[in-house]
Amino acid sequence: MANRALGAPQLTGPQPVPKEAVAVGAQAQSDLLIKAGDSRLADRMFFLAVLACGLSVLALVGLIIYELVTKSSLSWHAFGWRFFFRGEWDPVNDQFGALPFVYGTIVSSILALLISVPLAIGVAVYLTEMSPRWLRGTLAFTTELLAAIPSVIYGLWAIFVLVPLLRQYLQPWLAHYLGWTGLFEGPPYGVGMLAAGIILAIMVVPIISSITREVMTAVPQQQREAVLALGATRWEMIRTGVLRNARAGIAGAVILGLGRALGETMAVTMVIGNRAEIAKSLFAPGYTMASVIANEFSEATGDLYLSALVEVGLALFVVTIIVNILAQFLVWTVTRGTPARSHA
Amino acid sequence: MPENLSSDFAAAPISLWRRSVNVLVTGASVAAVLLVLLPLGAIFGYLLYKGIGSINWAFLTQTPKPVGEPGGGMANAIAGSAYILLIASTLGVPLGIGAGIYLSEYGRGTRFGNLIRFTADVLNGVPSIIVGIVAYGLVVLTQGHFSALAGGVALAIMMVPTITRTSEEMLLLVPQAVREAAYGLGVSRWRTTLSITLRTATSGVITGVMLAFARVAGETAPLLFTAFGNQYWNWKLSQPTAALSLQIFSYAISPFDEWHRQAWAGALILIVLIVASVGAVRLAASRGMLKGAN
Repeated sequence: MANRALGAPQLTGPQPVPKEAVAVGAQAQSDLLIKAGDSRLADRMFFLAVLACGLSVLALVGLIIYELVTKSSLSWHAFGWRFFFRGEWDPVNDQFGALPFVYGTIVSSILALLISVPLAIGVAVYLTEMSPRWLRGTLAFTTELLAAIPSVIYGLWAIFVLVPLLRQYLQPWLAHYLGWTGLFEGPPYGVGMLAAGIILAIMVVPIISSITREVMTAVPQQQREAVLALGATRWEMIRTGVLRNARAGIAGAVILGLGRALGETMAVTMVIGNRAEIAKSLFAPGYTMASVIANEFSEATGDLYLSALVEVGLALFVVTIIVNILAQFLVWTVTRGTPARSHA
Repeated sequence: MPENLSSDFAAAPISLWRRSVNVLVTGASVAAVLLVLLPLGAIFGYLLYKGIGSINWAFLTQTPKPVGEPGGGMANAIAGSAYILLIASTLGVPLGIGAGIYLSEYGRGTRFGNLIRFTADVLNGVPSIIVGIVAYGLVVLTQGHFSALAGGVALAIMMVPTITRTSEEMLLLVPQAVREAAYGLGVSRWRTTLSITLRTATSGVITGVMLAFARVAGETAPLLFTAFGNQYWNWKLSQPTAALSLQIFSYAISPFDEWHRQAWAGALILIVLIVASVGAVRLAASRGMLKGAN
């Protein structure tokens, strides 16, 4: 009954039972059935109401696209594609180029993935394949708690704990041993690209590990048993039986983490240093697309300035949407055969 | 036969190399878990250590004092957050549950249903700062100034997709036979959906609402240029309003020790609020009070 296709002309639920069919004694019941025939209008109204709610989801995304496109048109007409390849960001002279922000977003996100992917997969492997049963629930909850911490609290912690630690210990160490690469040069301020990458890594670990866990759980148990029966060690079983089968989904999990890292705003804004420059060293301050919007949007004077910021937002929107759709497709290729997560 | 089998295995021992790799990987996995738990512990430890000492009666009852004057608190920000979240829930919860009902009761397997489902997932992935830009364009520009309503609209937009998808999943868990039993008794379709299906799935749907609530409760980016923040009390929909997360942000990046102290205290209150709501849901789920809820 509930499977009736959309747009079917009659959306009333039950068909009224003919009156003759009702037993003579069941007067009350027959009353009810007759009344049910009158509910056609109410059913119609209810359908239209929930349809409107469903449509509002479409409308919201449409509205986001409309707002971003119309409000950025000024900047688009002024700079065109060059906007994304210009390094100059000069509100005073109305010259805008988004390259430093694109660069900062990409570098901080990649840095975050480099740190978080091995950790997240390690956590997922431990939780699904190695952890004793009694510990599994608690550990899973604890790691997912990391995802519940608001971005601004990560930022607060990063400013007062992570940044001083970097300045005093990690950065001098890196400069001493890896300074020759050019990636770890310059004065160790603490704040900068490295701090942003590390705090982002901490924030995306729970996302990557929980999706990886989901796809690893979706791998059939027989795969594990078959590989073990061939005499494999536990790690060989995990590698050939589980990880290999789940690799598309794990790639999806990583890309989903990337999507989160690209759009993350507050924590990054608080530690990246907010300077629109492109520097090779990870110690140098940078700027991301999300943080330039956060910092300058409410103070942007001038239509072109505001429009340029919205265009940065439009680019960020398009990129995160593509990344998220790709990720969901990859996760779906692994988990499609298994019931939804809520059944697990 | 079994004896032969076991002796075959004994004859082919696993090489030292393979065994050491196995041990190494196990160790690496445990190390990964510990490394991930480390920042978690550090964050909560610091929040407690720095926050508890700064929470006092004045913090909970007073508005911020100007720079240089000690004391003052975040009472207006706590109330402002609650106010904005109330607006967001009023707008977002009915919309989300309605869309969830549409997807599970009318949109199952239909192309249009799939489109909405997909769009909800897309909306879920939109960076929160973008939602802020859109709420700015929709509400702030229309009203002419920053307002509590704009903040509420921004957070509502973020709540809708989460509530839609969890409501749908929870409603789908209700067996078809339950609906058919109601239809068989002559109950109309809308009545069945509201009083039988939705009622059966209530606890699951509430879980979804709580998760969406916890997700937006600490959001800062979409409030930066919508609710904007305020040093004083405000209960008007059309006026800028303080929020706990905004206050934490502006105090954290300020150069004053007193404000840093208050930022920690505000953060502790915020995290307690969020963890309590997530934890309550989790506890209820693990006790089996919520059938099928995750």
